[in-house]
Parts: sequence; structure tokens; C-alpha cells
Amino acid sequence: MTTDLRTEQAPQVRTGPTAPPRVTVRARLGSAFAMFRNRKSITGLVILGFFVLVAALADVLAPYSPTQVDHTARFEPPSAEHWLGTTHLGEDVLSQVIHGTRGVIVVGFLAAIMATIIAIVVGVVAGYLRGWRSESLSALTNVFLVIPGLPLIIIVASMFENPPLVLIAAVLGLTGWAWGARVLRAQTMSLRNRDFVQAARANGEPLWRIIGHEMLPNLMALIAASFVGTVTAAILGLTTLSYIGVIPVNTYNWGTILNWAGAQGAFRQNQWWWFLPPGLCIAAIGVALSLINFGIDEYVNPRLRSAGERARAMRKRGLDVNDPVTAVRTTTSAGDDA
Amino acid sequence: MTAVQPHPAEPSPTRDALEVGTTATTVARGRSRVPWRFLAGRAGFYLFTLWAAITINFFLPRMMKGDAVDQYLSRNRNVSPEAADALRSLLGLDTDKSLLQQYVDYWGLLLRGDLGVSLLHGLRPVTEVISQALPWTVGLVGFATVVSFAIGTIGGAVVGWRRGSRLDGLIPLTTFLSTIPYFWLGLLAIALFSVTLGWFPIGKAYGVGMTPEWSAEFVGQVIHHGTLPAATIVLASLGGWMLGMRNMMLTVLDEDYVMVAQAKGMPNRRVLWRYAARNAVLPQIQSFALSIGFIVGGTIVMEMVFSYPGVGKLLLDATNAKDYALMQGVFLVITLSVLVANVLADVAYAFLDPRTRQTEA
Repeated sequence: MTTDLRTEQAPQVRTGPTAPPRVTVRARLGSAFAMFRNRKSITGLVILGFFVLVAALADVLAPYSPTQVDHTARFEPPSAEHWLGTTHLGEDVLSQVIHGTRGVIVVGFLAAIMATIIAIVVGVVAGYLRGWRSESLSALTNVFLVIPGLPLIIIVASMFENPPLVLIAAVLGLTGWAWGARVLRAQTMSLRNRDFVQAARANGEPLWRIIGHEMLPNLMALIAASFVGTVTAAILGLTTLSYIGVIPVNTYNWGTILNWAGAQGAFRQNQWWWFLPPGLCIAAIGVALSLINFGIDEYVNPRLRSAGERARAMRKRGLDVNDPVTAVRTTTSAGDDA
Repeated sequence: MTAVQPHPAEPSPTRDALEVGTTATTVARGRSRVPWRFLAGRAGFYLFTLWAAITINFFLPRMMKGDAVDQYLSRNRNVSPEAADALRSLLGLDTDKSLLQQYVDYWGLLLRGDLGVSLLHGLRPVTEVISQALPWTVGLVGFATVVSFAIGTIGGAVVGWRRGSRLDGLIPLTTFLSTIPYFWLGLLAIALFSVTLGWFPIGKAYGVGMTPEWSAEFVGQVIHHGTLPAATIVLASLGGWMLGMRNMMLTVLDEDYVMVAQAKGMPNRRVLWRYAARNAVLPQIQSFALSIGFIVGGTIVMEMVFSYPGVGKLLLDATNAKDYALMQGVFLVITLSVLVANVLADVAYAFLDPRTRQTEA
């Protein structure tokens, strides 16, 4: 969706009177979003955008209130009035799923934003500095990496009688930043010794400018990947905690619907309309996020994409990629391309 | 950089070529040298992490509202106030000591292997309760992890080798299976195989009325009960192993030595397993060592869904009943296993890949 917006704006920018500086802005934007400019990432973004829309428009889209009880229609399979059937109290499952989207999206993104900010600060600073400060930040990261997350979250969440969504997001974010920080630290350490950073330092650029303008653009793909990974982890964490019942069941998300379904024996009585939709929604968001990550992976490591494409192109010509004779031919064709 | 000395450009006249040897001999000699600084650094880190984990473990219950005795009293009404006080001091919950004193006492008890008693399990020692649950978790989840690692790594190697073929479709499929929440997969499996088809029992580790013993019947029961949990764990974790191995294979297969091996007419099987897969498997082995640590703590959800009598279920029950001693004990065991697995991962990696020793030392 972001890509569509950007291509619409592109012609205006080109015809604008102050073209040169704007083009750089556009080029910067373009390179910042380049990792999303492939089929996999766009598909993932579209699916994710759909769920964000549903979450934003939940009040308009849902046909009923999620808690509206109807004792005349209990355990009903899908029908014209209730597209996804009803629960043990006659609540509309579709409305619950739609309203549940909100909690999942809000917690997923809040947790990921917090985790990513911590990861960037700790990772980049630890990678840029040297000596004991770098080592101690790295040790802190590793401690958080080693401490098992889910048991800790269960214990922390059970400390509160009625934890608000923000708190749950904070706990998920606080336990989920370490992996991103570790990856960012390694990449920053390798960037620190590159020529352009050395040149910037020799020019006397201030620290914030070196980090903000020289390093961060080169870290964007990693940051995006760790953000997407944290959203996935946070959504899985939230739904799991809600299913276990650590998070109170009066805030609706897909995990709490499954908690109710499990408690009322929907799985044992084959009330599929109750337990299939929430699970499929979690899976759909998970697939969307991993598609985005596949796209970023292929952008960072082009071999992942080109290997399959090259092999397919060779098969069309009747060659086998693993045949030693063709392996020699690959080099010649690759040489022509380069 | 102490592990490998730079090879002298010109051998000194006092030593002949045989004594100096080739670059390979230098590397072989360097390999036998122990990188003490590297080892000391790692040991320091693990001790620090251990201290941090134990300190978190100490403070967690003290931050929680309500205590175990209150919960215990609400379940057992015929306990006198004096008995409640006695219970409190038995559990170390009497607050007339300073926090620092409690912390020192905690360490003292911990070093003596005393984890306290569990209220939830009739005041039995926590160590005993945990050691009863541990074999179930380690056995089932450990087996499933090994199977998943083997299938995923071998499968990933084959998928990477046959790049561009229809096998590429396996990657999105296994990724899909690992993105759906595990508890949902488990519940679906129960609904399908236990309830509808009736092939497997619903949850528990063995049938009602059985006592653990080494008989064919009991072992059969355990296998029958464990099949569904193990299969769902394998399904859910396969995607990560397969994707990781396939991505590494694609990178390694582009290396020159693979092409040289093919160009000199080496059989494909040998190139695949001895040249490409052998190098691509390095990161996999490290993640495998790490995942050993999560065997103990990572399957709380599985044990809840299948009501399997393992460590994770212990933690959940302890948290619900606010049985701090048991909760602390389980958390400690989980953290310890992760730490041990990290040490294993470090050792395995340093052993398999000399480059790590050189750069870190």
C-alpha cells in the first residue's frame, strides 16, 4: 500500500519547480522502501493493511456488539444472520473476530515499536562505541536473549489483577528486543570501519549525524526485518497468553475467543465456526509478516531469489543446474550478464 | 589474533623447510593452542547472566501481590492463625528480615541445593517435585526437537540443492505451519485425531490408573499418548530448520569450491553432502544447541493443551496458585538449561568453525 501511495506522488515531485532537492528526497524514500518493492513483500503488506483497516473500522464493520447476548441463538452454525455462527451465549463470532483484530494489531505494533527503539539504541550504540561500554551493553543484550521469555511474561503478567493492553505490549516489547539489538550491533561494528564512515568522522561530523545519516540508512533493512519479526512474536505471544488465560478474558482478541471456545468445549464438539476463524486470522497475519520478511531477506541477500530464477531459466533451456557440465556453462552466461 | 601466528615470509636460516611447514601446519599448530582470553570472557559472561537470572528470580515473587499462604488459607479453611504464621516462616515469607538479609539467605539456601517446599504439592521439596516432572518434558520435547532438526536440515539441504524445482513449494508450506499459533495446532489435532477419529487419547502422559514402571504395556501407553504432542511440535518447528538450511545452502552453493568439485567430476551426492551441506550446517548446529535450552521451558503451551505432566505445566499451576517456591524453582531450572545450552553452542561452534576462535580471541 505504501508503494502505491509513493508512485502516485512521484510524477508531482518530478514536475515540481524545485526539482533537484526534491528528487533526492524521493530517491531517499525510494531507497528506504526498496526492500518492500517485490511481489512477496507487497502481498504481505496488502494482507497486513487489510487487517489494520478491519481493526480501525471495527465499529462500522461488525454487525453486532461482540458481547451482545442472545439466548435464543446458542451454538448456532453459520447462517445468514450470523455469518460465522454464535457462541455458547449467542454472541456473534464474526463480530468478536472483527473486534478482536484491534487488540492484536495494537499490541503487536506497540510492542514491536518499543522493542525496535530499544534494539536500535542499544544495538547501534553498542556497535559504535568501543571498550567496556560496548561490552557491557552487549552483555545486557545477551542476558535478555538468554532469559526465557514466555515463562517470565507469564510470571510478570500474573502480578497484575487486570493488566491493560499497553502494559502487556510493554512486557512483550521489553522481552523481545534483544535479538534485534544483537544483529544491529554486529552490522554497526562492520559499518564503523567502512571508508564512508571514516571519512565522515575525519570531516568532523557530529556523532548524531554519523549515526543518523551515514549508518541508519544502511541498517534500514535489518531494522525492518527485526521489526517484522517482533510483531510476529508479539502477536503469537499475546494470543498464547490470552489463550492460557494469563490476560483477562474481558479484553477481546483472537486468543480470548479461543480461550472461551476451549473452555466451552468447542474443540470437542466440533463447533468449527467458533475455533477455526480466529486461528486462521492469526495464521493469515503470520503469513503476511513472514512474506514481508522473505522479501526483505531476498533484498538483503539476492542469491536467495536469483538462485531459483537462474535454475528455472536453465531448466527451460533443457539444462540441469546440478549437472557438472552445465555448471561450467552457468559461469559463462553469468559472465555475459555482468 | 593469537590463535594463528602469521607465517614468516622467508624461513629463517636456522630452521629448515620441513620444520617450518606449510600454512596448513601453522594452522594445525595454532588450533591446539587454547584461547584463554576468549574462554575467560565467555565464562565471565555466563557467570554474570547466571547472577542476573537468579536475582530476577529472587525479586519476582516479592513484587507480586498476595502470598502463597493467603492462597493456601483460602483453599484450606481449618488452619489456625498460628499455623499460618508458622507456614510463613517455614516458607521464608516472614517480613521482619531486611531485603538484603533475605537475599543473602536465598543465596545460601540455593548453594546448598535447597529450593524450599511446595505448598501446592503438600509441602514436598521443590527439587523432588521438579525432578519428577523433568523426565517427561525432556523425553518428549527432546525427542521431537531432534526429529524436527533432522528432518528440517536434511530436507532444507535437498530443497536448496534442487533450487527452482517444485520442492521450493515446501518452504512456504512449512513456514505457514510455523506461523500458526502452536496451541491452536494442538487443539485442532486433538479435535481431529482424538475426538473425531479416536486414534489417540486426549492428553496426559499415560492412561488413568497406570503407575510408571518399566513394562511393555506402560511404554506402549507412553508412546501412544506422546505421538500427538510430538508430531505437532515437529510440524510447528520444522519450518525454521528447513528455511535456515535452505538459505544457507543457496549461499554455499554459489561458492567456488562447490563449482570446482563439480567441475572435476565428483559425484553429485558427494558434492551435496560432503561439500555444500557440511558447510551450510554450521549455523544450524548452533541454533540446535540453543534450542536444547528451550526444550525445558519452551513448551509450556504444549503441556497445557495436552495436559502433559511436565515442567511447563508445573510453572503454570504454580503461577496460578502463587506457589512462589515452586515457581522460582521451575524458572531457575529453565534458565539454567538455557545457559548450559548456550555454553554447548559456544563449544560446538568453536570446535567446528576455527574462524570464530580467531576473531573472538
